[in-house]
Amino acid sequence: MWSFRHIANEIHAWLSANFNPTLTLIIEMVLAGVAVIGLFAALGLVLVLMERRVAAWIQIRLGPNRVGPKGLLQSLADTLKLIVKEGLTPDGADKLMFNVAPFIAMIVAMLLMAPIAFAKDFQLWDLNIGVLFVSAVSSLMVISILMAGWSSNNKYSLLGAMRSGAQIVSYELSAGLSILTIVVFTGSLQVSDIIHAQADGWWIFKGHLPVWIAFVIFIIAVTAETNRAPFDLAEAESELTAGFHTEYSGMKFALFFLAEYINVFIVCAIGATLFLGGWMPFHIGNWEGFNRVMDYIPSSIWFFGKTFFLIFVIMWFRWTFPRLRIDQLLNLEWKYLLPISMINLLVATAMAILGWHF
Amino acid sequence: MSGKQCFVSVKLISPKYMFITKYIKEVFGAVKSLAIGMKRTIYYFTHHKEIITQEYPDNRDTLVLPERFKGEVVMPHNENNEHRCTGCQACELACPNGTIKVIFKNELTPEGKKKKAIDKLVYHLELCTMCNLCVEACPSDAIKMAQTFEHSVYDRNQLTKILNKPGSKIMEGVE
Repeated sequence: MWSFRHIANEIHAWLSANFNPTLTLIIEMVLAGVAVIGLFAALGLVLVLMERRVAAWIQIRLGPNRVGPKGLLQSLADTLKLIVKEGLTPDGADKLMFNVAPFIAMIVAMLLMAPIAFAKDFQLWDLNIGVLFVSAVSSLMVISILMAGWSSNNKYSLLGAMRSGAQIVSYELSAGLSILTIVVFTGSLQVSDIIHAQADGWWIFKGHLPVWIAFVIFIIAVTAETNRAPFDLAEAESELTAGFHTEYSGMKFALFFLAEYINVFIVCAIGATLFLGGWMPFHIGNWEGFNRVMDYIPSSIWFFGKTFFLIFVIMWFRWTFPRLRIDQLLNLEWKYLLPISMINLLVATAMAILGWHF
Repeated sequence: MSGKQCFVSVKLISPKYMFITKYIKEVFGAVKSLAIGMKRTIYYFTHHKEIITQEYPDNRDTLVLPERFKGEVVMPHNENNEHRCTGCQACELACPNGTIKVIFKNELTPEGKKKKAIDKLVYHLELCTMCNLCVEACPSDAIKMAQTFEHSVYDRNQLTKILNKPGSKIMEGVE
């Protein structure tokens, strides 16, 4: 059995046999950190290429097809270019804050990786308030954007950062409320509990209308939270050159760029975990044969398949919808999404109490 | 249909609370219109056959340009090295950037009369925005837009072109 859990257990057993418990813990933490950074690098390469391909196909173009076979090495070449570029710090910038901001963006993204279950029993940290942790830490993202915008000493950066602040703070509410819908049904904030509650069917099938509404609102809210089109007012290249990262270049820019894609991956992973059952295979009632076949597909493939499906949906949004204005953006949140998700939460709670879901 | 629905909602809900029906209609209308847009883009995504872009340097020999593509202004000449330009300056006046300059000379007609004709029709490609106003202004169809577009040169002077060929004259019957 070559499952992730098996590999992790083997490594743990080998380390425990050769080192004392403290050293084992430290080595395991380092290994986990390296694994997360490796995953980040791989995700960055894959998602940038995927975005460009999806964009090209939606716009009836070909997309990158020059570097490597079918253009598969394009994002690698771009990364190489960004690495060898000079990371310039402007004269008028607040040097410390300017240089720290991209790293804060990455640290937030790394922290968010902790409670995500990548495969069956394969999770960095299954803390009992996993979902709360995610929604709390993801709001720290705005700090790095505000820092970058403020310290750049550039009006475009500042405008972008301020817009981003207003946007993330408001959309957090409806994202939180739609997450709460699932928490109400499951009765637990722990990620592993939420996944195990979906063993007999994902919440999107079991929860009827309230969960569908919560799912749609969640997708809209996280699209806004990750500053992606149609909510990309923080960058808005046609109005603000590049928004909060106007002054960034080289690897510091690359970190912001990477953080955006990592955040997209994370929110899609959370969405897949909450609504689509995380690594749970697709099961239909008592079709024993069908369920058995589905169980043969590894849990990590289920997880990444669902996550990448949601990532595709978010990319699909980006290349379909035009960008909103700042007042339209706040109208959408405060006048539509928030009231709807509040009523939706009320209905979901009533359903959970009365046991109207499967 | 919509009028009937409106009538029903007026009957059921007092005008004071009409904003609720409006709100709900707005939400459904928004979701519907977004879904229509997404349907269109997923159609393009899944029907990945027709490509509107050209793989230019590779298909340079077989490049098919759209009919309305405009590359530069040219003056067609016939086999006797004759053009249709009367030197009326309509193109020069029509050009918003001062791209075209008409320089005259005096020609002697066979009857010994002096006649005004163009010496040089100077065209500054580097100033041209391909707006097509000169071609539309020309009363005798002397100039037209060509589809050539590889205009890079090392010296800016090479972009100043003289459209009439050396030794050319005006076609018979064009006034």
